[in-house]
Amino acid sequence: MALTKQEWLELEKQAHELRKLCLDTTYWAGSAHIGGGMSVMDMLTILYYKYMKYDVANPQWEDRDRFILSKGHAGVALASLVCHVGFDDKEKLKTFNLSNSTMGIHLDSNKVKGVDASTGSLGHGLSIALGTALAAKVLGKDYKTFCILGDGECDEGSNWEAGMAAAHFKADNLISFVDRNKCMIDGRTEDVMKLEPLADKWRSFGFIVKEVDGHNFNELADAIDFALENKGAPVMIIADTIKGCGVDYMEDDYKWHYGALNEEKYELAKASLEKYYAKRVARAEKEGI
Amino acid sequence: MAGGLTYTATESTAFSTAEIYGKALCELGEKHPEVVALTADLGKSTKIGMFGEKFPDRYFNVGIAEQNMFGMAAGMARAGLVPFLSTFSVFASLRSADQLHTDICYQNVNAKIIATHAGTSFGQAGSTHHAICDMAVARSIPNLTVICPADGLETYNAVHAAYDNFGPYYIRINRGFDRVLYDSTDYGFEVGKAVTINEGSDITIIACGSCVFQAYQAAKFLETNDGLKVRVLNMHTIKPIDREAIVKAVMDTRRIITAEDHNVIGGLGSAVAEVIVEAGKGCAFKQLGIPDKFAPIGLHEDIMSSLGIDQNGIIAAVREVMGKDFELDDDWDDEV
Repeated sequence: MALTKQEWLELEKQAHELRKLCLDTTYWAGSAHIGGGMSVMDMLTILYYKYMKYDVANPQWEDRDRFILSKGHAGVALASLVCHVGFDDKEKLKTFNLSNSTMGIHLDSNKVKGVDASTGSLGHGLSIALGTALAAKVLGKDYKTFCILGDGECDEGSNWEAGMAAAHFKADNLISFVDRNKCMIDGRTEDVMKLEPLADKWRSFGFIVKEVDGHNFNELADAIDFALENKGAPVMIIADTIKGCGVDYMEDDYKWHYGALNEEKYELAKASLEKYYAKRVARAEKEGI
Repeated sequence: MAGGLTYTATESTAFSTAEIYGKALCELGEKHPEVVALTADLGKSTKIGMFGEKFPDRYFNVGIAEQNMFGMAAGMARAGLVPFLSTFSVFASLRSADQLHTDICYQNVNAKIIATHAGTSFGQAGSTHHAICDMAVARSIPNLTVICPADGLETYNAVHAAYDNFGPYYIRINRGFDRVLYDSTDYGFEVGKAVTINEGSDITIIACGSCVFQAYQAAKFLETNDGLKVRVLNMHTIKPIDREAIVKAVMDTRRIITAEDHNVIGGLGSAVAEVIVEAGKGCAFKQLGIPDKFAPIGLHEDIMSSLGIDQNGIIAAVREVMGKDFELDDDWDDEV
C-alpha cells in the first residue's frame, strides 16, 4: 500500500535527521565510511520507522524483527540509527572510532545495543540472516529478518552459497536488499568486477527480485509490502542508490567510500544536506497521496 | 558429567566414533527441542545425518557450502537454537575459518562444531582431507573451546559437555573406529581437566586423540620391558589447557613427551610447551606429531607409524628422552 503523504514526510524527516547524525559522527570521528552510510540510510529509515518490531527497552526481545547489516562497514549509519531510535546513547557517537570506544567502524553486537550481528567481513550477513530466519521457523515465531548487502560485497562467493540455500529452504521470512550504489573501494563496481546482470543473478538463484529507487520511500514501501506478503521464496530488493547520497560533493564518487572531513567540508556537507532535504520534501509533497 | 549411555565398551566397539557422536546428538535432540544440526553434504560421513533421520525439521543440509553453514549456525544460535555443525575437520577449520572466527567466536554464540576425519584419520584421501593444522587455527581463536577426544566414549562425554556449557566448541574426532580406551563414560570427564590414564614418576606422555591409546600401550610396554614408570595424561581439552596437570607433570617427572595427530606447530605440543616455558621449570621435552610437512597417503595406522606417533614411535621417543640431560632450575623442590 502506498505511503500516505504524512508517513512519507515523517520518513523524510527521520532520514534527514539520520543523515545529519551520520555526518556529525563522521566529523567527530575524523573519518568514516560515510559514502555507503549515506546510500543505505533510506533503507534503514523505512525499516526502523515503518516496518520493524522492536523494543528499545529490551533489545534482546525474542520476538523482535531482526536486522543484519551485511555491509558492516556502514556501521556509522547503523550506529547513528540505533542511537537515534533509542537503543543506545547518542553521546556515544562522539566516541565513534576513538580508542576504547564501544563503537568502531564495524559494530560489535555484544557492545552496541540494538545491533543484531557483528559484521564487517563481507559476504557473511546473508548467511547469518538466513540462519536467523530459519530459526524463526524452527521456533514457531513470526518475526521477520531483514538484511542489507553492499553491491561490491556481492563479489563474495559466500553470498551465493547463502542465496542458493535461502531459496532451497524457502526462506520467505527473509527480506534482503542490495545497496546498489555502484561503487566500491577501488572504483566503479562494473570496472572492478562486473556484477550485471545482478537482478538476473539473484533471480536465477531462486529469489523474487524487486528493483526500486533506493531513495524513494514510496518505492521502497511497495517492495517491502510485497515481500512481507510473499510466500514460498526469499525476496531480494535491489535498491538503486547513490553513494554519499545528500552530500553533493560526495555523490556517486567511489573515492568517498571512506573519507575524512575537515571543518570546511563538514560545513559544506551540512548545507548540502539541507538542500537535499528540501528537494526530498518537495517530492513527497508532490507525489504523496 | 555426562551420563546415560547404556551400551558397554564391548558394544561400543561395534560403533565408529562418529556413530557414537550421532547417537549422543540424537539423545540431546530428544531432550532439547532447541538443538538443531547442520552439515555440508556430509551427513552420512560425519553421522550427523542420524539426527536428520530422527528430526528432519531440525536438520539442515546446506550442500557443499561450509561458509554458509557456519554463518547460518551463528544466526540460529543468536535466535536461541543450539546448532551442532559437522563437516570434515580440514574444511571446518580452513574453508570456513573466517565465519568460525567472526560469526561464531567473535559473536561468542552457542554453536558446537563437531569436526570429523581429524588429523590423518582419513589417511587414504591424502592431504586435501588431512586436518593437520585445525587445532592451531581453533586454539588461536578467542572464546573457542577445543577438544580432541581419545575414543568414542570420550566423544560422547565431550558432545554432552558441549551442550551443557554455553559458548562455541570445536570438537575434532576421527574417521572410523578408534581404539577403545575407556570401558564406560563414567571416568570423570571434565572440560579443561586432563585425565591420568597411567600413573608414573619417570616421564610423562601428554597425548590427545588417537595418540592417547598408543601412549597408554607404550607405557605398559615400557613398564614391563624397561622398568619405567610412565605417566600418561589424556589431554582431551586443548583449550583451555590444564596448566596445573602439565606443571605437576614437569615437577614430578621432569621429562615430557607430547603426542598428537597434528602438526607439531600450534597444536597440543605447542600448548604444553607454552605452559612449561612460562612456568620456568627445566625439563627434557620432545614433541611427537606431524613434523611440519604434509603427511603421506595411507591407512591411518600406517601414517601414525610412519610419523612415529604410534606405540612403537612413542616407545622410541621415551627411550631417547630418558637418556637426555636437562638443566635443573633453582627451585627444583618447589611445590606446584
